Amino acid sequence: MLVYTVRRVLGSIPILILASVLTFVLIDVSGDPLTELRMQQPPPDPSVIQLQEERLYLDRSMPERYWLWVTGIGGNGDIGLLQGEFGPSTQSNSYDIGANIAERLGVTLRLVGAAMVFALGLAILAGVVSAMRQYSKLDYTLTFIGFLALAMPVFWFAGIMQQAGVAFNDLVGDQVLATIGDGVYQAQGEDLWGRITNAFAYMTLPTIVLMLTSFASWSRYQRTSMLEVLNSDYVRLARAKGLPNRVVIRRHALRTALIPLTTVVAVGIAGIIDGAVLTERVFQWRGLGEFFITAVEKNDSYALMAWLLLSGVMVILANLIADLLYGVLDPRIRYE
Amino acid sequence: MSEKRAPAAPPSADAESVGGVERTQLQMILSRFLRHRAAMISLVVLVAIIAAAFLGPFVWRWDHTVHLEIPPSVPPGADHPLGTTTAGHDVLGQLMRGAQQTLKVAFTVSIMGTVVGSLWGATAGYYGGRVDSLMMRVVDVFMIVPLLVMVAAIAGNARAGTTWYAVALIIGFFSWAQIARVVRGVVLSLREQEFVEAARAAGASPSWIIVRHLLPNAAGPIIVAATLLIAVAILLEAGMSFLQFGIQPPDISLGQMIGDARTAASTRPWLFYPPGVLLVVICLTINFIGDGLRDALDPRQSMVRR
Amino acid sequence: MTTTDHMSNEETVPPGTGDVVLEVRDLSVTFPSDDGPLPAVREVSYVLRRGEALGIVGESGSGKSVTSMAIMGLLPKNARVEGSAKVLGQEIVGLKDAQISKVRGNKIAMIFQDPLTSLNPVYTVGYQIAEAVLAHRKVGKKAAMARALELLELVGIPNPEQRLKQYPHELSGGMRQRVVIAVAMANEPDVIIADEPTTALDVTVQAQVLEALEAARKETGAALVLITHDLGVVAGHVDRIGVMYGGRMVEMGPVEEVFYRPRMPYALGLLGSLPRLDEDRSERLTPIMGTPPSLLALPRGCAFAPRCPMARSVCHEEEPRLLATDENGERVRVPVEDTDAHTAACHFSEELENAQPTDLFKGTAVDADTVEAVDEEERQAEEALAEVGGSSDTADGSGREAILTVRDLVKHFPIRSKGLLKRRIGEVQAVSGISLDLYEHETLALVGESGCGKSTTARLMLQLIKQTSGEIGYKGQALHSMSPRQMRPLRRDLQLVFQDPFASLDPRMTVSDIIAEPMRIHGERNGGAKKRVRELLELVGLNSEHGSRYPHEFSGGQRQRIGIARALALNPKVLILDEPVSALDVSIQAGVINLLEDLQDDLGLSYLFVSHDLSVVKHIADRVAVMYLGKIVETGTTDQLFSAPAHPYTQALISAIPLPDPVKERTRERIVVTGDVPSPANPPSGCRFRTRCPKFADELSENERVKCVEEPPELLDRGTGHQDACHYSRAVELF
Repeated sequence: MLVYTVRRVLGSIPILILASVLTFVLIDVSGDPLTELRMQQPPPDPSVIQLQEERLYLDRSMPERYWLWVTGIGGNGDIGLLQGEFGPSTQSNSYDIGANIAERLGVTLRLVGAAMVFALGLAILAGVVSAMRQYSKLDYTLTFIGFLALAMPVFWFAGIMQQAGVAFNDLVGDQVLATIGDGVYQAQGEDLWGRITNAFAYMTLPTIVLMLTSFASWSRYQRTSMLEVLNSDYVRLARAKGLPNRVVIRRHALRTALIPLTTVVAVGIAGIIDGAVLTERVFQWRGLGEFFITAVEKNDSYALMAWLLLSGVMVILANLIADLLYGVLDPRIRYE
Repeated sequence: MSEKRAPAAPPSADAESVGGVERTQLQMILSRFLRHRAAMISLVVLVAIIAAAFLGPFVWRWDHTVHLEIPPSVPPGADHPLGTTTAGHDVLGQLMRGAQQTLKVAFTVSIMGTVVGSLWGATAGYYGGRVDSLMMRVVDVFMIVPLLVMVAAIAGNARAGTTWYAVALIIGFFSWAQIARVVRGVVLSLREQEFVEAARAAGASPSWIIVRHLLPNAAGPIIVAATLLIAVAILLEAGMSFLQFGIQPPDISLGQMIGDARTAASTRPWLFYPPGVLLVVICLTINFIGDGLRDALDPRQSMVRR
Repeated sequence: MTTTDHMSNEETVPPGTGDVVLEVRDLSVTFPSDDGPLPAVREVSYVLRRGEALGIVGESGSGKSVTSMAIMGLLPKNARVEGSAKVLGQEIVGLKDAQISKVRGNKIAMIFQDPLTSLNPVYTVGYQIAEAVLAHRKVGKKAAMARALELLELVGIPNPEQRLKQYPHELSGGMRQRVVIAVAMANEPDVIIADEPTTALDVTVQAQVLEALEAARKETGAALVLITHDLGVVAGHVDRIGVMYGGRMVEMGPVEEVFYRPRMPYALGLLGSLPRLDEDRSERLTPIMGTPPSLLALPRGCAFAPRCPMARSVCHEEEPRLLATDENGERVRVPVEDTDAHTAACHFSEELENAQPTDLFKGTAVDADTVEAVDEEERQAEEALAEVGGSSDTADGSGREAILTVRDLVKHFPIRSKGLLKRRIGEVQAVSGISLDLYEHETLALVGESGCGKSTTARLMLQLIKQTSGEIGYKGQALHSMSPRQMRPLRRDLQLVFQDPFASLDPRMTVSDIIAEPMRIHGERNGGAKKRVRELLELVGLNSEHGSRYPHEFSGGQRQRIGIARALALNPKVLILDEPVSALDVSIQAGVINLLEDLQDDLGLSYLFVSHDLSVVKHIADRVAVMYLGKIVETGTTDQLFSAPAHPYTQALISAIPLPDPVKERTRERIVVTGDVPSPANPPSGCRFRTRCPKFADELSENERVKCVEEPPELLDRGTGHQDACHYSRAVELF
């Protein structure tokens, strides 16, 4: 198991390196961080531009810059991933990319985590029920909901949910659900109960929005996987042993049908990050989504790189966890 | 592993030929697809939408741009069936143009992704071993990046996302990986099939085998994946445009329309709901068609029963 | 030498007495399908007495497995089950889940066909056995595990304590099937239903598993329903036998009665179509024409009538009932409880008294499409042959030259690491230095169990894979050093026929295109190819009009004929046949074997016949080479090898094959091997067979064994007229 873990960890390093090279090149080639400055009317003094180019290391070649970005050797101490620096920002001289990301990471992880937990739980439930009642009305309904959810643009659904939240508040006659903001500021200084109600108020709608797509695809997957297991020989043997149906389902069918889901969930993380950016935009959260949008708007290359690197690390980490979980759940892998 | 193979046991009841009616493969696929009601309805609806999007502008008075004659913020009525925007656009005109741009992007992406992905996947699958291992690592990289964020970053950074084909190119560059995976899987399993070995035993060259055996047999899964990629591309483009990193004004796309109307959902709902509904309907029909194709090409995997 | 006496259970209460443990009456099963209801089982009735063993035989699609699944209540929900099945007097058809769960695994247990998929991969073996105990007994987990241990010992698994904690994937197929048997006997059931329990296993392992099954019965006193397509397996292990066809029971009676005096043409035909180890090669097989009926389009009268040579008009109109024949030749009804009775569903069963298969069925190779026009077809086939210009017999015997030679052939497959680098971390020694000669117009059989390297050898000889070392010569040309381009023209002469008639034909091509493909590859004009395709279709006994159809429209046997036609398209000199009949039902298999024999005679072909089935090999081969773990352990003419096998492995292999003859099967001497085939990635030192060798284990002294461990035996002629690779070989007569 240890060997397996080490091998998996080592195996993900080349992917991370490859991914960082790819994004660095693409971001570098696609835009010029000084677009805004150069477009200024009246045109700024060439010396100003030159100064900015030097500050952003734009005077060096791309491979040099990548090396600098990773190691920080030969820089001004504000760059180099290995030294914990993400590079200078275009937004202002004092803008600290790392600190900003760290501040917003918590906000976004709260949303992503909640959405994943609920999506996973509901997807397993829906998948199992659907598989056990294959071709029933319930199965058809869940299938249609799945199709609809997969066709739904996240940001549009978010808008609808905002309307629904407003309508709900009007109905109840109280501000139960917040339709705007992340609630971080409001939660400050509250006691535990206050924090819980605050979280409920601010997180309910965004969580529903973000989990929808994942719920749909995972529940479809779980249904297929469950159906396959239900038709397997070992489930037949479990029944032939005289185990009652619910024991067969829980102990033999569900337990094995969950194994392949781990991989699917891990791969789905990338999609959730996408969704989180859109959801945060609609609900006006000050999370990583907003950071990202600002970075794009300001052509802030190093900020973008930092962001993409972080999401890459998150996805790879999720895949790693899934792989290890797979090993725990499936003895055939464990002893390989 | 076991070299012996048990005679297939019922209740599969064996696809023993009943003889008599002679049907070609294509006819069978067609008849299975026609029996898939959701897919058939979807096909009709989608064709209608495509026709409206591409032919409608020739018929309808207003295009997607601002006209001084158009009164601002008019709710749906006789002159403007879907109302007008604050700036003075006709929403129906915008909707047709937006759907057109969205569809153009989506189909281009699908073609691009399918061609690149099929070639990449087929090469990896056919050669196997180290080549496969390296090529699939590259696919892994493309699989782990959050697609929307990546394409938005590049399009937004480039400020080149003004045209639909630039958007299509960027999305296409990032969305071939899934197809490559599907095709590689199919080719890997086909390569081991005895009929391929039979062709080799008869002296067939690799190109003969790829053209005569591998491609025709992989066509089914490729078609299905390509169809589903259209829906993925539509949602990606919409997301990009919503963030305003996609197709730029004065041109329009459905995602951009929703983005513009985001804050007006309660005050001017005619701006917010139509583009969303249209997007959902397009994606839904494409997904149903994809499912119908899967059903017709590979009856074992269907999700919806006829 | 280990010998065990016959395996039938002497303690068994003789049939006709004792109480009934399982009573099935008018059981019918219908599945819904896209093309209408599919009657898989129709009105099957039988009784099973305490301790009795009943065999149910039938080909695929006969309904034999569905019947038992219906009894166990394990069919999918959409299946409609009618009729009754009582276990110890309790009706179990239509019971609710909670109630039937109390019966299943407790009073009636089941063993499934594929041991590789029957156990849940995520639980330990011990857990899965204990689970069965806990389902019906109020005992603690400790006690259940102790019982599991006891059960593993009973079914003969070595190191049971250790095995308890292992997962299924760590056990071999034979071991896993024994675990399934242990699960079945956990609660000492009254009935065990075994559904093809050994079909997925090699013969030597099959013998071990059947022994474990006997042990389970002896221990629990359970009655057994043994479902199989293998007449040999039932012959030695059951008291009574039921034959199913087209979803119905068509014959039933004591095992000797059915085997020696069948009353239904189908049973007679089955026996005649079986190649037998205890018969001479000269006897031609008598296949049953045609294919089993589609359950969706069952004929109106007797389901077998379309294939039956005795069929008269009444057979096509009225479905015969399962009746006995009394002394006066009258067909009379007997109660199901009369387990001594011999009943058959045939209007004319009295005419079958003392009939031989050859009296009824013709030893021919012609297939279903053309049953009505047998003679016409044969004439056409001969004409086709004349056109093809097949050379007639070349002189047999002396001075023959080897057409295909293999010298010291070695093939190692690398085992690579999973990571990016795919480092080589070991190798599988699939073929470890074998030499063979294939002479003109002869059939050389290459036999062995799964994983012995026989299929790899076949592919090496065709250069479909490259050898690690060694030489392959064809008519003096060195194939092993040729480039693919140089090899291409030679591929005309060397062709291959595959095992799986479903996988070997491209599903997206028409039959004409499939057969013409080799010609197109070799650049032949389209017009000529078309004509040739028609000739070839006729040659292999198919309707030449069917070229425009797709493979899925044909049955397994017909597809195999298409595969043979494709192989013949370029007028090859040598055919390499890789298990060409092992995926086919017995009644179909015989027709293909006959076809292969005819083609060899008519076209002067040389065959390399790769097979695991010694009965088929004995029937078709001139010479035999036996392989074990990548090496040839014995080779000689078919007569020599079967009458006086010298290598302990060959002896064990031959004696493990069940004979379709109840008396012979029960009284024959057996040489039993233990354990499983070791991994070819890490073969034993010295003699590779020593780990399973009965001689090594029981006869040799310590000193003698040293040689087996240290020195790999060479393939030598020891004056017995054939070669074997054993330091202490001694020919034994097994028949």
